[in-house]
Amino acid sequence: MEKVIAGKPINVNEEGYLVNFADWNKEIAEQIAVEEGITPLTNRHWEVIAYLQDVFKKEEPLTIRKVGKSGVTDIKEFYDLFPGGPLKKATKIAGIKKPVGCI
Amino acid sequence: METLEMTQNATQNKEQEKPRPIKKMCFILSKSTVDSAYAAMVMANGARMEGIEVEMFFTFFGLDVINKHKMNHLHVATVGNPSLPIPTLLGGLPGMEALVTSQMKKEMERLDLPPVDEFIEMIHLSGAKLWACKLAIDMFKLKEEDLVDELDGVLTIGDFYERAAGEGTHIIFI
Repeated sequence: MEKVIAGKPINVNEEGYLVNFADWNKEIAEQIAVEEGITPLTNRHWEVIAYLQDVFKKEEPLTIRKVGKSGVTDIKEFYDLFPGGPLKKATKIAGIKKPVGCI
Repeated sequence: METLEMTQNATQNKEQEKPRPIKKMCFILSKSTVDSAYAAMVMANGARMEGIEVEMFFTFFGLDVINKHKMNHLHVATVGNPSLPIPTLLGGLPGMEALVTSQMKKEMERLDLPPVDEFIEMIHLSGAKLWACKLAIDMFKLKEEDLVDELDGVLTIGDFYERAAGEGTHIIFI
């Protein structure tokens, strides 16, 4: 389905995750962040987003444990930066797929 | 009068139809087998990942899971466990429990499941509250220094129910 984000029609799935990562830009991230109640996006947010996108590009699975061991952030800060479901919200803002998994 | 009642009923029905998301999950863990401990930890961590508040209460043998000396040496029950392809008589042989446990731990590592101490730390860092049962601590004569540093305190079951107050709370006993 299409959704207008930051003034442009973007392909998203039924949960609002971008279908094509190539469509992503910082304006889109900022608007999704507002919808998810994460404002404003600070430097720390952008660093974590860049890390998540990096993992996505390498096609590695994303888990909270992996983020915690990344050296970019720790589990406590990750939860503080993206309250109310860090992995779910951060991946949505980063324009990448929602991680599938229980841990 | 009747119409008013009907309207009230309609409003009530609508209220009931509204989705009521889970706000808080409370887990009471009373067992120390690998399967029980991981079931509790996966559910607790999973709830935090969904933005749900979490409280965990460790009682009876569940205290082993937050006992510094025991937490990384939990076992799979090989006797009286009908899900294992081992007859109960063989399950009781020396070394059998250790063998089955080490095989299961290898499988868990493959799935990137953390060891117990790291999992408890992860759950603590996610903002979940960890409590030990006062009665069980007294019974097993445990000291607070035997238990993990991540512990938020020692509670009675009454205290724990108080913490479970509020709409959208669920309690699970494992």
